[in-house]
Amino acid sequence: MATRVTTNKKSPPAGGRTRGSAGPAAAARTPNGSLAKSDLLALYRYMVLMREFEDTIIRLYTQGKIVGGAYTGNGNEATAVGSAYALSDGDYLFPMHRDMGAHFVRGQSVDNLMLMHLARKGSLTEGRDGTGHYTDRDLRIFGNISHLGAMLPVACGIGLAVKLRKERNVVMTYIGDGGSNVGEVHESLAMASAMRLPLVLVIENNQYAYSTPVSRQFIVERLSSRAAGYGIPGKTVDGTDVLAVYHACREAVARARAMRGPSIVESVTMRMHGHAAHDNAWYVPPKELAAWKRKDPIARFEKVLTGKGVLTAAMKKQLVAELRSGIEKSAAAALDLPYPPAEDALRGVFFEPPAR
Amino acid sequence: MAMLTYIEAINEGLRDEMRLDPTVFLLGEDIGAYGGAFKATKGLLEEFGADRVIDTVLAEGAIIGAATGSALAGLKPVAEMQFSDFVSNGFNQLVNVTAKYHYRNFIPVPMVVRLPSGGGIRGGPFHSANTEAWFFHTPGLKLVAPSTPYDAKGLIRAAIREPNPVLYFEYKYLYRHIKSEVPDGDYEVPIGAADIKRTGSDITVITYGTGVHWSLEAAETLSREGVEVEVLDLRTLMPFDRKAVLSSVEKTGKVLIVHEANLTGGVGAELSAFIGAEAFRHLDAPVRRLASPDTPVPYAPPLEDAFLPNAQKTAEALRSLAAY
Repeated sequence: MATRVTTNKKSPPAGGRTRGSAGPAAAARTPNGSLAKSDLLALYRYMVLMREFEDTIIRLYTQGKIVGGAYTGNGNEATAVGSAYALSDGDYLFPMHRDMGAHFVRGQSVDNLMLMHLARKGSLTEGRDGTGHYTDRDLRIFGNISHLGAMLPVACGIGLAVKLRKERNVVMTYIGDGGSNVGEVHESLAMASAMRLPLVLVIENNQYAYSTPVSRQFIVERLSSRAAGYGIPGKTVDGTDVLAVYHACREAVARARAMRGPSIVESVTMRMHGHAAHDNAWYVPPKELAAWKRKDPIARFEKVLTGKGVLTAAMKKQLVAELRSGIEKSAAAALDLPYPPAEDALRGVFFEPPAR
Repeated sequence: MAMLTYIEAINEGLRDEMRLDPTVFLLGEDIGAYGGAFKATKGLLEEFGADRVIDTVLAEGAIIGAATGSALAGLKPVAEMQFSDFVSNGFNQLVNVTAKYHYRNFIPVPMVVRLPSGGGIRGGPFHSANTEAWFFHTPGLKLVAPSTPYDAKGLIRAAIREPNPVLYFEYKYLYRHIKSEVPDGDYEVPIGAADIKRTGSDITVITYGTGVHWSLEAAETLSREGVEVEVLDLRTLMPFDRKAVLSSVEKTGKVLIVHEANLTGGVGAELSAFIGAEAFRHLDAPVRRLASPDTPVPYAPPLEDAFLPNAQKTAEALRSLAAY
């Protein structure tokens, strides 16, 4: 594969209405699939962008400016970014609510996601839904709904269309440790494996389903072992290591692209915040949280990059300042926009084609 | 023109649309080589191949979701539920994903789900359901329920061409019980248009599906007794033909609503409320409903026969209304 760099990939938009002119794009990879220096910096940048964006969302929530709940993927940055970075041009992303970084990797703008969270007129759903609950067909991003696992059958349908048209695209989707028990997840794995659909399922095992620890959700050692029941590969990776996530997903993506069927990648990490902003996660033992805090995915990757001489303290400072200022501008601009007008509520239950 | 049974008309409608539009494909359980549990897809695998007549795993949520996903990708899937009853396994997909897609994202979802419905085949509590009321209450889904071979073919074609999700309720009891002339050429029965199956001046029966046949038989009986009954076949339940309902009610002033699905919270309840609100001054009697009782569909013949409405029960209800 030729080395190709696109602007939105190298420089995730931190503000600005544009979605990245080229849409989702392939990473600047060396032919053997290893990552160039520019990729390492891009991965880092998306992870920092995700955290900075979500920190802003939480601040807006505490200020009473978010309409509904506010969910973060704090602790999930390596999983969200590393996985989506393994996709290429034309691939499909079905992210979950802790995967904001994946939206950015696939070309979504801070502005669009800000408008979604603030339910403003002109948001991708025109205020009909919030957070990452949108579909952007241009970018091939199919956001989640609140029913965990409900988009997996839909991801199968996209995979089926890809297969029937003999295209070469991959569908990447996600589920949490809790959501992995939902029937539609198993139905989808049964269908995707039997039909050899080009699907990659990333299971984000972040230790808690709302307040319920994994010990009360399943008795298998690793959720990836469930893959055996479907006759497909399953791998567990350290979800705080962005490169480990990337490489495992890359392998699963390659398999899917070769039409050899779906794979499961279990990424083990910690949900560092409560289920949502209203939840202080009092049920998580402080010791457990402290142990995971030492494995913060961003701090961890910083060490790697600093060690390789790819990232300096000055570069980091500049990057954070640049991203923060872009996010701030985006939030201020969105807050200035009105909500959709009340009469809009009745519009659009059905698609109405232009009169024949 | 050919004489076709109801199920042959569905089969022919599917085949004609698949010939016309290469993006139309079928998916479901046992629909390929086996031709479907009721043979609605018989011969289609042979003509169109395994990429367009797809046998799936036994998982209704995955089937409906895969239909939704492939529709979002630009294909036109027609999914078969082996029995209408089994759509409950895919309920979440239909009501939360499919039905809300356009409202949330402004993206059309052109898909059809076929639902072999109804009793009278000794199917018992899990093979006899009429599930339309669950979805009648769900904004974002269109519902059609043909009663004749002509309408069955015309509506399956219209449903496939419709850019929104359509639930196509087809009646197992009618599959091989009725036969009629069906045009060979390209025609569709428009979604949203009711049809007067019999004109009359004294009482309007509003019905659909198998209820149309009970009502037509009862109307003949009542005619011999000097009461002329108009039979209005809704054909589309959502959105139902408000204009046709009102104009018939204005003409006759008396309304009996007949459906096989159980009474409480059924389609008839909404029709009754609509007529009460919009045509009150034209009514000469309270709107009456004839439906199955609020129980599961029982298995033993005397129980199921007691449970189901039929032509005799319809005639009795009409007589009582005529005397009001």
